[in-house]
Amino acid sequence: MAVNKNSNGYTFLFSILMVVIVGTALAYTSLSLKPLQKANEADKKMVNILGAIGVTASRDNAKEEFSKYVTERISVTFDGKEVNKTSGEIDANDKTDPFNINVKKDYRGIIGKIIKSTKREPELQEEELMKADVTYPLYVCVKNDSTFYVAPVVGTGLWGPIWGYVALMDDAETFYGATFDHKTETPGLGAEIREEFFTEKFAGKTLNNDADVVFEVKKSGSVTDEHSVDGITGGTITSKGVGEMLNRTLPVYVKYLEQTSNQKAQL
Amino acid sequence: MSTEVKEIKKSESLFSKKNRRLLSDPLNDSNPITVQVLGICSALAITVQVQQAVIMSAAVLFVMIGGNVIVSLLRNLIPDRIRIIVQLVIIAALVIIVNEVLKAFLPDISEKLSVFVGLIITNCIIMGRLEAFALGNKPGPSFLDAIGNGLGYAWILLAVAFVREIFGSGAFSFPGIGQLKFIPDSWFIANGGFYENNNLMILPPMALVVVGIIIWVQRSRNTKLIEEN
Repeated sequence: MAVNKNSNGYTFLFSILMVVIVGTALAYTSLSLKPLQKANEADKKMVNILGAIGVTASRDNAKEEFSKYVTERISVTFDGKEVNKTSGEIDANDKTDPFNINVKKDYRGIIGKIIKSTKREPELQEEELMKADVTYPLYVCVKNDSTFYVAPVVGTGLWGPIWGYVALMDDAETFYGATFDHKTETPGLGAEIREEFFTEKFAGKTLNNDADVVFEVKKSGSVTDEHSVDGITGGTITSKGVGEMLNRTLPVYVKYLEQTSNQKAQL
Repeated sequence: MSTEVKEIKKSESLFSKKNRRLLSDPLNDSNPITVQVLGICSALAITVQVQQAVIMSAAVLFVMIGGNVIVSLLRNLIPDRIRIIVQLVIIAALVIIVNEVLKAFLPDISEKLSVFVGLIITNCIIMGRLEAFALGNKPGPSFLDAIGNGLGYAWILLAVAFVREIFGSGAFSFPGIGQLKFIPDSWFIANGGFYENNNLMILPPMALVVVGIIIWVQRSRNTKLIEEN
């Protein structure tokens, strides 16, 4: 039977078949490789968390190093109430484990939208964030007998998402270290936030917990004090994004840490 | 460039002279990067380290072979009017598979290559070969053509990456071999010497310059490539 290759029917049939076959093949690959990819992501996350407290780990020893330094994993609400607290082995399928909270997904799905819709109304923004069903993970690390709190932060740069991990000392206001990363910031400009010359500026700086703006990433070249760092030349919007995510996220953890230290003091 | 081989036999072997030219031509006379100037985008972006260049070349080679053979097998079935879309879907599917596999087994490299793996889809070499060759030829020759063009792309990428990594980083890292130092440590200014790595080499413009130099050398040696005015 001769088929007219140029008929509409044939073209439609061909495209439908093609879509079905290609779709199945891709779905199959994606599903079968998912567990491996998830394990890789978890390893990377551990490396990043350890990086914030100045421990260099690689993918190969991430798990051991992580269990060595990170003693507790906590999740807190926006107003600083503890939701969950665990330690020990990480179960990748346990949704309540703070380690499995996907902060990037929360940001993309919920927090980012709130920020966009309440850009000019900081009070409304706070109200909305309070209502949002988001918990914030916090990692308690012990290194050389001192305790550090590592908090993930997520925000928006110039072209796409930026994120990082910030380590605070146990006074809940001094920076111990920070790591930042980005997806698509401009190489040589905004992309520099991941470089050491930028992240090392944070060590020793403190949060201004009494003020509205707890920490500032200033325009590059400005005078900085203990509550601010110098931004990146030519990476103004990315630098601003770093400041924004620190200002929005860190107070959450500070509230939590202050509450727990108050409780301890009362006991 | 064009291979003027007479049609002699009807059923020629896979390694006839004509088919061997399919393999060797893209390495020199019709090199996709230096002669046809296709796929320049990834050649600039991915040649800072040899390791990345190797993986990128392997990925392109895989997609190229897969795409060429599949399109060639389907060449009598693909409706003319949607052939570009069909080619795109085939390339895109292969690229997604490569990306997923890299993410699962080579996460670090997948991170470094980031968007460029996805951009293989738009690598003009692949589309060009599918459209120009695979659609009109049998799977055997298409397979060879894919290997030839993939290798033609790969060797330029590797050459550029080699130059850039040596002058940009002073050392040369490759999995399995470790770091090979080309510049002795004592030469560096930091250690009281006179030498410093050239940061310009790391930046994309130098890739263009290096590709330019390769083209220059190639044209001065290969008289076939010199246009007559």
